[in-house]
Amino acid sequence: MPAILAVRDLHKHFPKVQAVNGVSFEVAEGRCFGLLGPNGAGKSTTIEMLEGILKPTRGEILYRGQPLGPHYRERVGIQFQTTALQDFLTVRENLRFFHSLYRQGPRIEELVERCRLGEFLDRDSRKLSGGQRQRLLLAIALVNDPDLLFLDEPTTGLDPQARRNFWELVRDIKARGKTIVLTTHYMEEAYLLCDEIAIMDHGRIIAQGSPQRLLAEHFNDSVLELPLADLGDRAAALGFAVRGDAAERMTADVNDTVRALLDAGVSLARLKIRPRTLEDLFIQLTGASLRSGA
Amino acid sequence: MRRLWAVTVARSLEFLRDTSSLGWNLVFPLVLVAGMAMIFSGPGQPLFKAAVIAPPGAALDGTLHPFLATPHVQFYAERSVEEALPKVQRHRIDMLLDLRSVPGKYWINEQSPKGTTLERILAGTPGAKLERGTSNGAQIRYVDWLAPGILGMNMMFSCLFGIGYVIVRYRKSGYLKRLNATPMRAIEFIAAQLISRLVLIMAITVIVFVATNAFLHFRMEGSYLDLFLVTLVGAVAMIALGLTVSARVTSEELAGGLLNLLSSPMMVVSGVFFSMDGAPPILQAAAKIFPLTHLIDAARAIMLDGAGLAQIAPQLAVLGGMAALFLAIGAGLFRWTQD
Repeated sequence: MPAILAVRDLHKHFPKVQAVNGVSFEVAEGRCFGLLGPNGAGKSTTIEMLEGILKPTRGEILYRGQPLGPHYRERVGIQFQTTALQDFLTVRENLRFFHSLYRQGPRIEELVERCRLGEFLDRDSRKLSGGQRQRLLLAIALVNDPDLLFLDEPTTGLDPQARRNFWELVRDIKARGKTIVLTTHYMEEAYLLCDEIAIMDHGRIIAQGSPQRLLAEHFNDSVLELPLADLGDRAAALGFAVRGDAAERMTADVNDTVRALLDAGVSLARLKIRPRTLEDLFIQLTGASLRSGA
Repeated sequence: MRRLWAVTVARSLEFLRDTSSLGWNLVFPLVLVAGMAMIFSGPGQPLFKAAVIAPPGAALDGTLHPFLATPHVQFYAERSVEEALPKVQRHRIDMLLDLRSVPGKYWINEQSPKGTTLERILAGTPGAKLERGTSNGAQIRYVDWLAPGILGMNMMFSCLFGIGYVIVRYRKSGYLKRLNATPMRAIEFIAAQLISRLVLIMAITVIVFVATNAFLHFRMEGSYLDLFLVTLVGAVAMIALGLTVSARVTSEELAGGLLNLLSSPMMVVSGVFFSMDGAPPILQAAAKIFPLTHLIDAARAIMLDGAGLAQIAPQLAVLGGMAALFLAIGAGLFRWTQD
C-alpha cells in the first residue's frame, strides 16, 4: 500500500532539550500507526510536527509524496491530548463552528450519530463528562472528513468503560478506510487498534513493526505468575522475580518448568500462565514502566 | 495547618518561578508610583484649579492678591480671557481670575459646585474685591463634560481587556492551538476578534449613550455622525492596542499587568475625570501617546463646541494612524502557541 505519510530523519531541538533525534518511518494508507513511549520520549513532539503545528529543526515530512503545504490542514483531523473549547458554546454550536472552518465535511447529523453525541447536543461543552468530551473532540477532528487522523493520547484519564466505547469509535473510523496516527500510554489500546507501532525513547525509535511481529521477535517465552506467599522465601532460588505481592518467572518450556515446581512441592493452585505483552516488551526495551513514566 | 502551609508554599513558589509575572509585579508599582509622583508632585493634591491672567512679570502668589495664597488651590497662568473662559464653561477649570487691572475680575461656571465654593472662599479673603464677570454662552453642566470621559473609559477597558486578556487565556488554555490545527489563518482570527469586539462595544456605547441621554439630555452641539465616526476609529485603535499586548504573552498575570500599565495612566492623564490644564507640559505631551486622550478630546469638541470633521481631523488622523500601527505590530508579532 502507498505511504500517505513519510517521515525522514526528523529532528526537533528546543533550547534546553533535544526532543526528537532522527526519526524516520512511513504510514501506509488505511492503517493505524501507534507511537508509544514513556513520558518525555518525544512522541508528542513528533506527532505535533506531523500535524504541522511544530516546525522540525531538521528532516522532512511528506504527505502523499509532497511536503506539507496549505492544503494539508484541509485533509487532516487532529485530536489533541488536551484541548480547550470556547466557553458558553453547546456541543452543537462547537460542531457547527469547526465545520464552518473547512471547505468540505460530512453533515453535522452524521457526525453526531457516528460519535454518539445525540443525548447532549444542546449541553454546554464545559458540562460534559470525560468520555463525552473526548467523543466531541473526536467529532471535531472528523468534521472535515479527513484522510489522516491524529489522536494524541485520546483515552488518557477515561474510565475503562468510556475507553472501550472510544475504541469502538476508532475501529469504526478504521473500517471506513481512514489512516490513523495514535499515541497512547495504554498497551492494550495499542495492541487492539494499531496495525503497526513504533516505540520511542530519548527522541529515537527503538523498535518498529506490527505488535504481533515485535512480540514474536523479542520473546519466545511465557510468564508464570504465582502469589509470593505460595513460594515463601524460595522465590529467588526457584528463578522467580518479585513484583509486589506476586512473583514472575519467564520460561520457554512451560511443561518443564511446571514439572520442576511440582517436584519442589510448590502449590500451583493459583498459578497463572500468560503470553508476553507489549508492556513486557516496552519494559524490556526502555527499562521503564509506561504508566509511571520515565 | 500542614496542608495550609503546603499550599501556601506551593503557590508562592509558582509565583516566584513565573519570572515574567514576578518581574511585572515588581515593575508595575514602581512605574505607577513614579508616574503618580510626577502628576501629583508638590504639597498634596489641590482641591481646586484656577487660571490666572497676571500682569507681565508678576508671580502667582499672595503678593499679587491674597487669594492666590489660598492653600489647596492650584493657580496656573493663562494668557487671555478668550482662551481661558471656555475652560471655565467646560468645567476644565473651576475659576478664572484676571488680575491685570484694578479691580480685577473673576469668572466661574454657576453650574459647577467647585466653582461656587471657590467663589465663597474668594469672598471671605481679605484684599481688593474682584468684580464678578459674566460669561457669555450657555453654562455647561459638569455631566456634559464628564459623559464623554466616562464612555471613553468604559470603551478603553472593554477593548483592552476584552481582547488582550481573552486572547492570552485562549492561548494558555490551548484553544488557539486547536484553531491553529484548522485551515484558519492568523489574520482571519485577528480580524474576527477585532470585528466582534468592535460591533459589541459600539452597540454597548450607543445603548448607554442613548439611555443616559434620555434623562440627562447631554449638550450636543455637533453631529452624531461625526461622534460615531471618531468613536469607531478610537475603538479600533484601542482594540488594536489590546491585540498588540496579547500577541505573544502566555501568562494571564503578565497580560493583566501589562493591560493595567496601559489603562491606569489613561484613566489619570487622558482627561476622563479632570482636565490636564495646568499639569506639567511633559505630562500633557505624554498624554498624547494614548488613544483615549484623542478620543475624549474629539468627542468633547464635537459635543460641547460643535466641532466638525475639519476641526477633529487631527485627532481622527492620530487615532487612525495608531490603529494601523498597533494592528501591524499585533498581527506581525502574533503567535498561536508558545513554541
